[in-house]
Amino acid sequence: MYWEKNLETIKRAKLEDLQLGRLKDTIGRTKKSYYYGRVFKEKKLGLGSVRKLKDIQKFPFTTKDDLREHWPYGFIAVPKDELVRMHSSSGTTGRATVVFHTINDIAVWTNLLARCMYMAGMRRSDVFQNMMTYGLFTGGLGFHYGAEKIGALIIPAGAGNSKRQIQLMRDFETTAVHVIPSYALHLSTVFEELKLDPREDTKVKIAFLGAEPHTEKMRKKIEEIYGYKAFNSYGLSEMNGPGVAFECPEQNGMHIWEDSFLVEIIDPKTLQPVPDGEEGELVMTSLQREGMPLIRYRTKDLTRIIPEPCPCGRTHRRIERIKGRTDDMLILKGVNIFPMQIEKKLMEISGVGTNFLIILDREGFNDLMTVKVEVDRKYFSGEMKQMETLRKKIVEELKSEILITPKIDLVEPDSIPKGEGKAVRVIDNRKD
Amino acid sequence: MIAYQLSIFAENKSGKLAQITGVLAKEKINIRATTIATADTFGIINLIVDDPKSAEAVLSQAGMTVHLREVLAVLIPDTPGGLDNLMQLLYQEGININNAYGFVLESSKKAVFVVDVDQMQKTEKLLEQKGFKTLDVQSLSAM
Repeated sequence: MYWEKNLETIKRAKLEDLQLGRLKDTIGRTKKSYYYGRVFKEKKLGLGSVRKLKDIQKFPFTTKDDLREHWPYGFIAVPKDELVRMHSSSGTTGRATVVFHTINDIAVWTNLLARCMYMAGMRRSDVFQNMMTYGLFTGGLGFHYGAEKIGALIIPAGAGNSKRQIQLMRDFETTAVHVIPSYALHLSTVFEELKLDPREDTKVKIAFLGAEPHTEKMRKKIEEIYGYKAFNSYGLSEMNGPGVAFECPEQNGMHIWEDSFLVEIIDPKTLQPVPDGEEGELVMTSLQREGMPLIRYRTKDLTRIIPEPCPCGRTHRRIERIKGRTDDMLILKGVNIFPMQIEKKLMEISGVGTNFLIILDREGFNDLMTVKVEVDRKYFSGEMKQMETLRKKIVEELKSEILITPKIDLVEPDSIPKGEGKAVRVIDNRKD
Repeated sequence: MIAYQLSIFAENKSGKLAQITGVLAKEKINIRATTIATADTFGIINLIVDDPKSAEAVLSQAGMTVHLREVLAVLIPDTPGGLDNLMQLLYQEGININNAYGFVLESSKKAVFVVDVDQMQKTEKLLEQKGFKTLDVQSLSAM
C-alpha cells in the first residue's frame, strides 16, 4: 500500500525537522549559482538566515521571468560536468524554460514517481502504456523511469497515433496508462469509430491523468467511458515534472511530497502567505535538488491546501485539483474568466461532445466570446429543433457561470484540431 | 410503411456537401431527394437514398455525424390539389409536421411527399385508412 511507509506516514513534527535540514542544505547549495549568489549578497541572506521553516519568507520569490532572463545556465548550482539531463517546459506561455538534473536529481525524481504510481495501485505485474511525448517534455521520461523502478512492463508508446495506441493496448493487455485528459477523450471517439468498447475490449484499470489541469467532471466522464480509475497528477518542469503531487486511492486531493518540496500558498496580489484552506498561488522550494535548486518558485497555479488529514494515513498535505493558472485567466468586459470554469459547465450538459475551443475577438470596443463546442455523436437525432435547444442551453448555462453571453457554435465531433500535447483551449484574436 | 431519411450534422462551410456526395457516389448510392436546414454556423442535410443503411455506414466511416431517421414517404398524384388533399387531412387530424419536402417521380403523374411528424405510428395508420400509399425503403429504391 505504501512505497516508503516511513516517509509517507512520517509524523508532522519529524517531517518538519527533515524539511528544515534539507532547506538549510538547499540554501547552502543555491548560493553557488550565479543568480542566487548575487541575490543573497545583495539582500544579505545566507545560511544564517534560516533557523525555522518560516524563515523561508525572508527570501525573495523566483519567477519564470527570472529563469528566462538567466537562460540557460544562470541557476546551475553544480559544475556543468555533473549535469546528466536537461528538460524543457512546454513553453505554453512564452519562451521555454530549461531545467538541469544531476544523476541524484534523476534518482530522487524517479523515486517520487514510483511512490506516486505505487500509491495509485500500480505493481510490478502491471503493463504500463505511456502515451506521453518522450523528449524535452518531462511527462514521458519521468513516468517511464518511475514505472521501471516499480518493475512494471512498460510500453513506451509515446503520444499520438490513436489506432496504434488501441492496438498496443489490446495486443499486450495494458493495465495502466498515462495520458493527457483531453487526449483520453479524443481516443474514446477512435474506439467508437473502430466499433470497440474500451470497457469491454481493454484491460486497463488505472489511468494517470497528467500535463493538463482538468475538472472533476472531466475525470468522471473519462472514468465512465473507460471503466478505469483515473488519478490526477500534478507537476511542472521547474520542479522536476510529474511526481510533485498525486492522488491516493481516496481520489480527494493530491498529496504534495513535502519531503521534497517546501510548500506555500500566497495571495497573488499581495504576495503574502494565506492560511491553509484558502485559495491562492502555489509557491514551492525544492528541498532535494542539486543541479538547479529553486527557492520560492511561483508556479502561477491556483489551488488550496486541504487542511484535514487524509484517511489513507499519509501525512503529506493535499492540494486541491488546480483551478487554473494565474496567466490562463481571461479578462472579458472586465470579468475574470478561467477556461476551466467553461469546461466544468460544458461537461455537465448532455449532448456536448469531447472538445471545445474559446475564441475571443474584438469588434470596435466590444469583446466577443465564441465557444466552438463539439456535439456528441450519439446525441444527434437529425432534428434541427434538438440542436437549437442544445445551443440555447449551452448559452444559458455558460451565461449563469461567467456572466457574459457567449456565442455558441455547434461543431462536428472531432472537428476541433487536436495536437499531441496540451489541448489549445483559447484563441485570443484581440489586438491591444 | 416506414421509410428512412439520412440526417447529417455538418458545419456550414464550403466543401461539406461535396464531401458527402463524394462518399455516396463512390459507393454507387443513388440520391432521390435532398433538403438542407441551416442555422447560422451549422446545418442538417437530409437525404432520401436508395440504400439508407449502407449510406449510413459509409458516411459514419468517413467520420460524419449521421442519424437514420424514420419518415413517411407518401405517394401523391402530381396534379393540382394533389398535395392539398394530404395537407388538409393532416391538419384536420391535428398532426404537426416538423419537416417536409417532395420530389416528382413521373411528371404530371406521380410524386412523393416526405413528412417528418411527431406521431409516426398514428399518422401511418391514418394515411392507410384514407387510401394514401406510403413507400418503404424497398419500393423507394425500386423506382
